[in-house]
Amino acid sequence: MAAPRGPRVSFSGREFRQGLVDVFPILIAATPIGMLWGTLAAAKGLSPLESWLMSATVFAGAAQFVSIEVWHDPVPWLLLTVTALIVNIRHVLMGASLSRHLGGIDSRWHPFMMFLMADENWAFSERRAHVLPLTISYYFGLALPMWFTWTSSSIVGAIVGRSFGDPAAYGFDFAFSAMFIGILAGFWKGSHTGAILGASAIAAALAKLYVPGAWYIVIGGITGVAVAALLYGEENA
Amino acid sequence: MTDTILAITGMAIATYATRASGLYLMRGVIVKGRLKAALDALPPAILMAVIAPTILTTGIAETLAAVITAGAAILRLPLAVVVVIGVASVVALRLVIN
Repeated sequence: MAAPRGPRVSFSGREFRQGLVDVFPILIAATPIGMLWGTLAAAKGLSPLESWLMSATVFAGAAQFVSIEVWHDPVPWLLLTVTALIVNIRHVLMGASLSRHLGGIDSRWHPFMMFLMADENWAFSERRAHVLPLTISYYFGLALPMWFTWTSSSIVGAIVGRSFGDPAAYGFDFAFSAMFIGILAGFWKGSHTGAILGASAIAAALAKLYVPGAWYIVIGGITGVAVAALLYGEENA
Repeated sequence: MTDTILAITGMAIATYATRASGLYLMRGVIVKGRLKAALDALPPAILMAVIAPTILTTGIAETLAAVITAGAAILRLPLAVVVVIGVASVVALRLVIN
């Protein structure tokens, strides 16, 4: 129980449990979303094992939903690869931001930590890093349960999903958005945040309507960041 | 190798490339001032952009449900409760509106 004092590379059960406590509501929300994804994947002809493999190795909800929408026979593997790259290009910026907080963690772990970086555990890590130094135990307390929940719910959905009927009838298709709205509230820091969110939302929605492909995430994100940079200048002029 | 496995492999490699490259992007860069303000805005801006099409361009039920969900989130209700309120309100609103 008592973590030895000293370098933060040592495992701390208390930190791991804190991560698990923080991510627990996300696990609950992610379960029907993963099952929904598995159901859709099975409908496109993926076997349960293939669905599990994609969730285990790609491990990125938004990209997986977009790819299943694009999926058809014969499988357009190059298009799917490029689509995953575009949807996930936000990870480059997320990783750059997170890397600021990895100073106290043995760099040998960094590549594996990055493999498990999903929107939710990344967001929690960023929030944590505002208050306390980020530890590897806290990070894995978030990330490993997320990975097990996502992969397990995907394969369950792929096997039994269709017997539930249409997921939209239960509103499960909205769970993903509701979860993100809940996480967003934790980032609220006043009217500046409102301006950033408004700009990002409008830019992303317009991009979704008028720009082909999955560029809307990048366009919305960059617009929000640009607004933040502009407001900073105004404040300090 | 089947096309399905090829597609999954390609997606996995592309996705890992995006995740790992961020580690090296900021090496040696001192983050402060305007750059820090911009990077701090990244988490909310990205999360918002991911869901914006769903909550703004799908239909009135989804937009109103997002407003209700945001209300629950602003009240600092537990995340699981926020998600349940969001899902329940979208079901109710779809029944009323459609």
